[in-house]
Amino acid sequence: MNKARSNPLNTAAMHGALILYTLIALFPVFVIIINSFKTRRAIFREPLALPDAESFSLIGYQTVMKQGDFFLYFQNSLIVTVVSLTFILLFGAMAAFALSEYRFKGNLLMGLYLALGIMIPIRIGTVAILDLMVATGLVNTLWALIFVYTAQGLPLAVFILSEFMRQVSDDLKDAGRIDGLSEYTIFFRLVLPLVRPAMATVAVFNMIPIWNDLWFPLILAPAEETKTLTLGSQVFIGQFVTDWNAVLSALSMAILPVLVLYVIFSRQLIRGITSGAVK
Amino acid sequence: MQTRRIRWHIAVFLAPAVLVYTAVMIFPLFNTLRLALFTEVDQARVYVGLENFRTLFFDPIWSEQFWNALGNNFWFFLIHMLVQNPIGIALAAILSHPRLRFAALYRSAIFIPTILSFVIVGFAWKLILSPLWGIAPSMLDAIGLKSLFAPWLGKEEYALTTLALVSVWQFVGIPMMLIYAALLSIPEEILEAGEIDGITGASAFWKIKLPLILPSIGIISILTFVGNFNAFDLIYVSQGALAGPDFSTDILGTFMYRTFFGFQLQLGDPHMGSAIAGAMFAIILVGVCIYLFGIQTRMRRYQL
Repeated sequence: MNKARSNPLNTAAMHGALILYTLIALFPVFVIIINSFKTRRAIFREPLALPDAESFSLIGYQTVMKQGDFFLYFQNSLIVTVVSLTFILLFGAMAAFALSEYRFKGNLLMGLYLALGIMIPIRIGTVAILDLMVATGLVNTLWALIFVYTAQGLPLAVFILSEFMRQVSDDLKDAGRIDGLSEYTIFFRLVLPLVRPAMATVAVFNMIPIWNDLWFPLILAPAEETKTLTLGSQVFIGQFVTDWNAVLSALSMAILPVLVLYVIFSRQLIRGITSGAVK
Repeated sequence: MQTRRIRWHIAVFLAPAVLVYTAVMIFPLFNTLRLALFTEVDQARVYVGLENFRTLFFDPIWSEQFWNALGNNFWFFLIHMLVQNPIGIALAAILSHPRLRFAALYRSAIFIPTILSFVIVGFAWKLILSPLWGIAPSMLDAIGLKSLFAPWLGKEEYALTTLALVSVWQFVGIPMMLIYAALLSIPEEILEAGEIDGITGASAFWKIKLPLILPSIGIISILTFVGNFNAFDLIYVSQGALAGPDFSTDILGTFMYRTFFGFQLQLGDPHMGSAIAGAMFAIILVGVCIYLFGIQTRMRRYQL
């Protein structure tokens, strides 16, 4: 046992520092949520008090439900996120398999080409992306967003997945080949199930930035029927800026789905980051 | 020598990813750079060479905005480097302490701001710092510092720094997690060897752990750089496209958005927008190259 590293005074100081920072991290979220359940008077009079029988009110939520089409926005966000993730995983895994499994002319070059996008943000190309979407008639459709997010997610997905696919045993694949399986069957039946943990990591990494993005919905799909939840709440809050009940309720409603996703996936996310997938 | 047949399956496996990536990312990127060399005269596209860049850098009206945005952007980045990354490293160092209880709980809680969207973060802080609501002044009052309060987001001299700190609050989880992962991968034997030589506690951190995690610090620095130089959302949400007060929070992302789409009376100009995008591309490219060739290859890596 090493005494030097478990001094009780040190332990207390460490917990103190962590608790302090945890409070700083959670305080704003906490204040927004408790105040969304209070009357306007109570919001201003005692912003830090929990809602009680007298100050409890759902007026903000009623306004949000009446005025904003949050279910539609939510549905749009969900479609865009799920379809983009599916494409990123499927296309990314296929390309990663080609790069890690076969030796062909230009393999290294192709790998470098696909890796370019890891460091260069796709936003730089926005002007021409908008041109492209206008030319193909995809402006104000969810497809515009899906394509952009797929392209944005692919470079890192290919990079991470091909690292993992190199570790899949060759004997297994060769055994499959001897049994007469096609290369496609080997990929879908043998390799994909083995890299599932890496796929989950890629999915979780991409999920949050896609769900939270404001730039591309604002530029490519600002129409009412294609607004995502992020853009929808931004516009809604901008319009209701003086109605504090509505603003606080809209913020709480935007926080909720992300928080639920986080509670479900946080283990996966943290394991993904700490497993060194991004090193 | 046998003639090899074409292996179509390789092409099939590569095609979807390469097509989408090329069509939606690489092609628009170069097309944007190309558009920066044109301008619009009487609704026709005219090639003007580097004229747009000359306007951007030297024309008094444009260059003032550009250098203002660029300077603000560097300040924004500097605050992240000086505040976000040291706090992240410190938190990771504490969290990686063996036998610390509730480490997973702290880690998950501190990461929560990172998963929230800019819309939530921007508005939430705007409300909290608002003098109308009074949460910030009354909390400062409680610790006797009420005189320090000012409507930070509304004052030219504080607004940018305040927003940078809000962004730090949001993203501190990322350096924390990456450094935490790096610290966990340091083998126990090395630390024990240090202990036998009498190196413990804080000096173990400075003398043993810090040199070993330098590559990870390099990675978070370049991630911060790229992230900051295409930031846009937080400023847009809390200060609008005009990046007020009086452009004091304008960074390259908001400047490009305003130029591209126009605002109030100014019409949008895709060609000048492309020129700004080109400048951003160059800045990010220089940063990435400095990292790849200047820092990463020179960094001493220790075989663990």
